Amino acid sequence: MTTLADPGTVMDSGDDIAALDTIRRGIAVSPELTEGIRGTLALAVVASLGQVIVPIVVQQTLDRGLNGPGGPDVSFTVLMGVGAAVAIAVTSLASYFMTSRLFTTSERGLATLRIKAFRHVHDLPLLTQNTERRGALVSRVTSDVDQVSQFLVFGGLFFIISAGQVLIATIVMVVYSWQLAIVVWVAFAPLFLSLRYFQRKLSAAYGVVRRQMGAMLAAVSEPVVGAAVVRSYAVEDRTQARIDDAIEQFKSASTTAQKYTVVSFSLGGISAGLANAGVIIIGVWLGTHHGSWASDISAGTVLAFAFLVTLFVGPVQMGTQILTDAQNAIAGWRRVIGILETPADLVDPGADGEVLPRGPIDVRFDHVSFSYPGGPPVLHDIDLGIDSGRRVAVVGETGSGKSTVAKLLTRLMDPTHGAVLLDGVDVRRIAQASLRRSVVLVPQEGFLFDDTIAANVRYGRLDATDDEIRASAAELGLGDWLATLPAGLETRVGQRGESLSAGERQLVALLRAHLADPDLLVLDEATSAVDPQLEMRIGRALERLMTGRTSVTIAHRMSTAESADEVVVVDRGRVVQRGPHAELVAQTDSVYAGLHASWVAQQGT
Amino acid sequence: MSESGATTRAATTLEGFRVIWVAIKREPWVFTLSTVGSLLFGALTVADAWVLGWSTQHVVLPAFDDGEVGAGMLVAVLALFLGVALLRAVGIVARRLGAGIMQYRMQAHSRRAVTRQYLSLPMEWHQRHPTGELLSNANSDVEAAWGPIAPLPMAVGTVAMMVIAVVQMFVADLVLAVVGLLVFPAVIVANLAYQRLASPLMTRAQELRAEVSEIAHESFDGAMVVKTLGREGEETDRFAAKARELRDVNIRAGRIRAAFDPTLAALPNVGVLVVLAVGVSRVLSGATVAGDVVTVAYLLTIVSFPIRSIGWLLGEFPRSVVGFRRVSRVIEATGEIPYGATPAPAGSRGVRLEVDHLAYSYVPGQRLLDDVEFTVEPGRTVAIVGATASGKSTLTALLARLVDPDRGRILVDGVDLRDLDRGQLAEVGALVPQTAFLFDDDVRGNVTLGAAVSDEQVWAALRAAQADGFVAALPHGLDTKLGERGTSLSGGQRQRISLARALVRRPRLLVLDDATSAVDPEVEARILAALREGQEGVDAGATLVVVAYRKATIALADEVVHLQDGRVVDRGTHAELLARSASYARLVNAYEHGEHPPTDPGERDPEGDDLMAGEVSR
Ligand SMILES: Nc1ncnc2c1ncn2[C@@H]1O[C@H](COP(=O)(O)OP(=O)(O)OP(=O)(O)O)[C@@H](O)[C@H]1O
Ligand SMILES: Nc1ncnc2c1ncn2[C@@H]1O[C@H](COP(=O)(O)OP(=O)(O)OP(=O)(O)O)[C@@H](O)[C@H]1O
Ligand SMILES: [Mg+2]
Ligand SMILES: [Mg+2]
Repeated sequence: MTTLADPGTVMDSGDDIAALDTIRRGIAVSPELTEGIRGTLALAVVASLGQVIVPIVVQQTLDRGLNGPGGPDVSFTVLMGVGAAVAIAVTSLASYFMTSRLFTTSERGLATLRIKAFRHVHDLPLLTQNTERRGALVSRVTSDVDQVSQFLVFGGLFFIISAGQVLIATIVMVVYSWQLAIVVWVAFAPLFLSLRYFQRKLSAAYGVVRRQMGAMLAAVSEPVVGAAVVRSYAVEDRTQARIDDAIEQFKSASTTAQKYTVVSFSLGGISAGLANAGVIIIGVWLGTHHGSWASDISAGTVLAFAFLVTLFVGPVQMGTQILTDAQNAIAGWRRVIGILETPADLVDPGADGEVLPRGPIDVRFDHVSFSYPGGPPVLHDIDLGIDSGRRVAVVGETGSGKSTVAKLLTRLMDPTHGAVLLDGVDVRRIAQASLRRSVVLVPQEGFLFDDTIAANVRYGRLDATDDEIRASAAELGLGDWLATLPAGLETRVGQRGESLSAGERQLVALLRAHLADPDLLVLDEATSAVDPQLEMRIGRALERLMTGRTSVTIAHRMSTAESADEVVVVDRGRVVQRGPHAELVAQTDSVYAGLHASWVAQQGT
Repeated sequence: MSESGATTRAATTLEGFRVIWVAIKREPWVFTLSTVGSLLFGALTVADAWVLGWSTQHVVLPAFDDGEVGAGMLVAVLALFLGVALLRAVGIVARRLGAGIMQYRMQAHSRRAVTRQYLSLPMEWHQRHPTGELLSNANSDVEAAWGPIAPLPMAVGTVAMMVIAVVQMFVADLVLAVVGLLVFPAVIVANLAYQRLASPLMTRAQELRAEVSEIAHESFDGAMVVKTLGREGEETDRFAAKARELRDVNIRAGRIRAAFDPTLAALPNVGVLVVLAVGVSRVLSGATVAGDVVTVAYLLTIVSFPIRSIGWLLGEFPRSVVGFRRVSRVIEATGEIPYGATPAPAGSRGVRLEVDHLAYSYVPGQRLLDDVEFTVEPGRTVAIVGATASGKSTLTALLARLVDPDRGRILVDGVDLRDLDRGQLAEVGALVPQTAFLFDDDVRGNVTLGAAVSDEQVWAALRAAQADGFVAALPHGLDTKLGERGTSLSGGQRQRISLARALVRRPRLLVLDDATSAVDPEVEARILAALREGQEGVDAGATLVVVAYRKATIALADEVVHLQDGRVVDRGTHAELLARSASYARLVNAYEHGEHPPTDPGERDPEGDDLMAGEVSR
């Protein structure tokens, strides 16, 4: 019994990953991202050069060809015009191919990321899955991934190019005048120095933005799923207030992040102003004070430099812009990687794992204790053996730990102490595929997929034909029920199966488990919502079908216990009684006798 | 289907502007601020060039000529450059922050509107729209719809620049200006082609985003089933198929975008070349002077910047229009439950409940409930008994007005449920659903659901629901967070919290839909005792409708309504029904038969149970 401390913490392990590290790990997850990167980079260089060259060529054509000192120079103009046309074509084509390649690699990489993250969510232990709300989990494989795409297409590569342009501009400046180059760099120093600070701020701010997005989707999904409760208790206003709150939080987190983005970006402009002023003032001062080390500075140098500054400023601004936008993408990326880095600690031994032979399974709980994370022990030192082929009923008060036993038995969780053995093998050493094949649990909370009954049943055995499904329904005594459905097996069950009645949902889940043909079947109140008559009929059918298998049935209806080979009574996390019904019921003052007495009393009249 | 028709229609540029207009009307001040910022930025970019020119003229050249320079001049240079830079920074801040704020505000407006609909649209609507899709509407579609706001101020700001340049072009040379302005129709054609090609892809992409979100939500919701059957691989395949389809559509859309952007960038340059070609011949024929050609060409290069920034705006349009349509479809969905104006009937004891010739069908033409009729006098208890799928839960849903009947009415103290004002029914009645639903909240929040209720009352309700014991043992008592859907509780514990939630309201009509199915017999007996006899926190006077199978529960009722195939086949006390209805007796006595099978004890063939044939409803 525990609260799960601050939901989301487990999967937020990724939050501490540094930006570059995120990119590195991201690329490791999606190797497609760097495919053909050299070619794309080459195209990018051509496209960026083109963006500089085309205006210059056009300029030259105008100035020297048309407006030349000796009147229009037609042949020069034509020559340059053709040159310009070629340059435009080349630039456009390069730009087209570069962008499509970028789109292709990033979308491919992101699809891989999405799919891997999705898969990993399913590989996480049940308890870890439960630490995060569904809506927030969904945001990690949808919206968070989408954030990365913009950056990959319009960011990453251009940052490299901008850096290259800054380098080239610096070299050219140094060649012209190293003194003035220093002036420019000094003017930009505050920007470069503050960049780290802003990056940290932005990283934190966008981290909040992404988390708030998750929280917002969780706040929306919960009342949508529980719409009936919201409606019947008329708590729409309160629910809306909570959603509005989440929407507002997301908005203000985004605005905060935008503030940092904008301030960091506008600093670039101020630095540019400083650099211009500095170049002129210091240039003039150096040039007119004819110090021995600055004699080469002329008016021409200063003016050329003023132009060079713009070549420097452009890419710097572009780079700052990309860096700030990158933080948003990286925050999203981090959350997706955070899933992948959350350990799937129910490790599947995989190929090295043991394979259970077919046939009834015998079960042993070897001094098993269990506590939910951060909670008190729920099961205490359970030591229990179930011989193969037996039909065992587990009974006990609500909250005594029956479902916990079922979840350990089917390895949805591993015990805190002790071991669960199937056919003498620790479940941790059994290959998952074999385990899932041989052991099937029908959980207390049935879940159906928004599809037809046939598709849901087939989930138990993918290659089952409709006839096989019908036959297996008939075996369970459900043939009549199927026959009364107007659309039969093709009946749509609706979201979570909500277009069926609660009892019908359980019938489908049962049918699904039966079709899976397990050697050990664990039923956790699998027929609690089915009417007594049908339940008894199913019970009798199961009795017959369970020959040659082991079954563990949890039920509050004592009729199940009465007909089982053996009854295990759980009380406050301990097995307090076991034996056949007749024997246990005779032990006066026992837990079982008490439970049975209330049951009989209920059945009275 | 008008719905799908609306989405397949190609997105037009006009529609894109209409979406923008919605945003401008909604946030005029932020829009003005960011546009002014944009204009300021534009003006100061020009000023920057002017300052450089001024400095050259008045400082650099004289200084190098004279070898002398006044300190005042240098200060002026510094002041001018810095002043312009600072003002420009202000412009940037106003433009970008304004655009951001406008965008986030519009997103918030849409999200509020959309989620408001989620809470007010009827249950039928919810059943047709998967949760994952609704998440996508509130997230990705809203984001898409307001995407163009980011480049908007820049585009609007540069329009001024463009107008000035175009006027100057006409002043310089009419013919050349006309030639140069051919760039504009070319831009429009390029844009039309882009919209035409991109919008179906964007439509599909947004649909796929919704589907991806749907699969993810459903699959994570059913994670336990996926795990227990070891179907992780199949689920991944299902998700991967959609994710890959989305990838392919995005790549195709990306290619189109990749062609559109450089086209827009190239058009003005191509225009310059055309002007040049025409210009040269005109200069040679003496129709114009070279200077004018240069001016027009130069102005055309200036125009390329606004065109590019308008291009960014237009580039966002197809996705925006598609997102906007998807959002509007939710906002404009009708079928909101109409409420009357009548307040809840006053009184402190149980209500009189009349169910009058009720008929209901989920699927048109397949009547589920037909002519259901019974009356419960104040403070009495009626048990609804029927086989699986006979329509019991549907009846309780009608009693809670989760759905409205096709025919007939339900009256509480003589008032039709449909005449009650919004929220009034909840004042009178409470439904404990068959499947408990808990919120990701603490115990208190789950019981009160925000109602002003003291902790003592919460404890009293928990006591009556036999939940006080385990709640007291929770690490933080009432403040213990229960996790989404109450995952940290056992099934029976969840059910009892759900029961306490109803009891704490002291309802005058309490509807229990098999609400103790996961509770063990002992605990159930105590709950029933509390309901029957009344105790601190529970009124014995409430009118009670219970759906139940257990005989003890049924025996508590003053009357039993036996439902079969959606019809009331018999009514009376439990004893009467047992005596006169064989099918009723078979249903409720099944457990005893189980102990002593009616046929040969060794007989386990279900076909032997022919007396049960047709018992399952429908
Ligand atoms: N995910 C969880 N996190 C923390 N505590 C849990 C979790 N699941 C169950 N518990 C606690 O463990 C105890 C045993 O729960 P379990 O579900 O095994 O009971 P149960 O015997 O199946 O009860 P029921 O008959 O009501 O289904 C309960 O006290 C419950 O609150
Ligand atoms: N949303 C829906 N859409 C279509 N059919 C539905 C929907 N909800 C229920 N049904 C159908 O209506 C019938 C009655 O359902 P209902 O839930 O009222 O039965 P019930 O008597 O409560 O059964 P149970 O004892 O299993 O809870 C079932 O056949 C079910 O498939
Ligand atoms: Mg349980
Ligand atoms: Mg029901």
